[in-house]
Amino acid sequence: MAPHILAVLIFIAMFLLIVTDKIERHLVSLGCGLLMLVLVFGLSMHSAEAVWETLNVGSIFRPDFWYGEAEGSSAGVNWSTILFILGMMIMVEGMGRAGFFRWLCLQIARMVRYRTIPVFITFMIMSAVLAMFIDSITVILFLAAVTLELAQILKCNPLPMILAEVFCANLGGSATMCGDPPNIIIGTSLHYSFADFISNTGVIAGISLIAVIVYFYLCFHRELSRSKGGVPASYPDPKEAIASRGDFIKSCLIFGIAVALLVSHAQTGLTVAFIGVFIAALTLLSQPRHAGELLRKVDYKTLLFFVGLFVVVGGLEQTGVLEEIAGWIGRVSGSNGMLMCAIILWVSAFASAFVDNIPFAATMIPVIRSLAAMQGVDLSVLAWSLSMGTDIGGSATPIGASANVVGISVASKQGHPVSWGYYCKYSAPAAVLVVAISMVCIFLRYF
Amino acid sequence: MGNQVIISIGREFGSGGHVIAESLAERFRLPLYDSNILEEVASERQVDAKRLRRYDEVPRNILFSRRVNGHSNSAEENIAWLQFEYLKKKAAAGESFVVVGRCAETMLAGTQGLITIFVLGDPEVKKNRIMELHQLSEKEARSMIDRQDRQRKMYHNYYSKVKWGDSRNYDLCINSSRMGIERTADFLESYVRERMRER
Repeated sequence: MAPHILAVLIFIAMFLLIVTDKIERHLVSLGCGLLMLVLVFGLSMHSAEAVWETLNVGSIFRPDFWYGEAEGSSAGVNWSTILFILGMMIMVEGMGRAGFFRWLCLQIARMVRYRTIPVFITFMIMSAVLAMFIDSITVILFLAAVTLELAQILKCNPLPMILAEVFCANLGGSATMCGDPPNIIIGTSLHYSFADFISNTGVIAGISLIAVIVYFYLCFHRELSRSKGGVPASYPDPKEAIASRGDFIKSCLIFGIAVALLVSHAQTGLTVAFIGVFIAALTLLSQPRHAGELLRKVDYKTLLFFVGLFVVVGGLEQTGVLEEIAGWIGRVSGSNGMLMCAIILWVSAFASAFVDNIPFAATMIPVIRSLAAMQGVDLSVLAWSLSMGTDIGGSATPIGASANVVGISVASKQGHPVSWGYYCKYSAPAAVLVVAISMVCIFLRYF
Repeated sequence: MGNQVIISIGREFGSGGHVIAESLAERFRLPLYDSNILEEVASERQVDAKRLRRYDEVPRNILFSRRVNGHSNSAEENIAWLQFEYLKKKAAAGESFVVVGRCAETMLAGTQGLITIFVLGDPEVKKNRIMELHQLSEKEARSMIDRQDRQRKMYHNYYSKVKWGDSRNYDLCINSSRMGIERTADFLESYVRERMRER
């Protein structure tokens, strides 16, 4: 069988197995990655070079992987992404253990005197800002738990707040290079810096955030204003959230250092792989007694999922399938840059609403690279379109993004189940609104 | 803890398994847990039980659900786990009870004093019973039985490694059409008493 047909079949099998959720997704991606290496590269292409290029292990040992302008190699397994996510996972685990997130949520609620509408709005903003630097799953895990607790005290329905927080976490993630896995993959594969993202997708996300706050306010202010009220005897004290004052201060400092390093990495020349490893080491050294526990809590399954995924996408790339897709998009758009961006933005958004946006983004990166080379369109504009499409499209449905699943699950476990109808009624129009805003921003700014 | 007895009853739709469970609960003076678990769960969380009940013993939709790090967006799955946790908590506290469905034979496996029963019935007898109970035509009754059993099977098999109604998963499988609901309950009462005496 021709290698490209085999590669496509393996890729489709991987997607179907991920969707059916019968086998854990890291096993699916690793299994399909192994099939790609053996069947496509080995038996079909007889190319040891393709295997080596796709595994990309050599890149880790090059100096520019850790320091310099280039962010490692752009083909095959993206080790920069994996090391960076590993580092951030360890840092976030340390922060959570110290009580940082719960403290922050309760502190902000106290600042707005526990009034329902101000809590609703400030939590949306906090969700977006935190998700710019921390993975949205962690943000929502803590934010939703505190929201449920406050909603019980304030006697209001927590679902409007949780829905809005989830949406804003996905939106905040789109603003930076480190906010969302698709952005980390796009940034490290195409060599864009934190500053590149914040000055492009960050601006779009900022404008969209204002629109989204107004949108959710209009949707829910009546319902939230009707909270059954009554002044509760006591509110939870933010200080109670802090498990250890020493660990809390250290984790705040490490978070500050991580943000500073990420914001300035284009100037310092430190790559995100370096930042990830450095922050992980700092966290482990600052909490030596809990280092084992922090390492055990790392979500290795997600990291393995990424490894397998990169190998499968590498197979599509090596066999020329993605170039063919790029050629097709080029022909459909008639080499019109605006139409190309619109297609990438809306198709990414639609696909991400139903399938995991991480494999989608990883697959689309070689496509937009080929498109830029073949059609002469600015690669960065295609990258921003892909980033906004994948990050925002995922907000439209309950299964589109990880944060949605986690937010809904936390709410359901407290007796607030969320149906598809309820979720989509509010979040799908918000997603369409933000994708439309993104398209207008991209057209006005880059064409 | 030594006298704890938990009677778990799985059942085909129309077999009278629920009525048998009610009867056993009455005979042994035990609380009966079925969809009423959700009332308790809702009251603990100060929410409306009506919103939870529509997801009771309903299988999750594969295409519309996704899992992330042990979290699921499926309301059906989350409500199912709320019920499983409730049953596990009661069992761990040493409480004796009768429970209908809810994969109890799997969720409470290993609990001392657990007796697992599956009640089935002849299609013809089940159809007649459902026609009478719900005032349905023959066709409607058959379709209702098929639909309910399909749902129960999908629901059970998602959470349990052993298949719904597979005799290897239960201490006793009994066809209620052979002796009728009342005499099946009598038989099960003596079976449970015998099991209790053995301990």
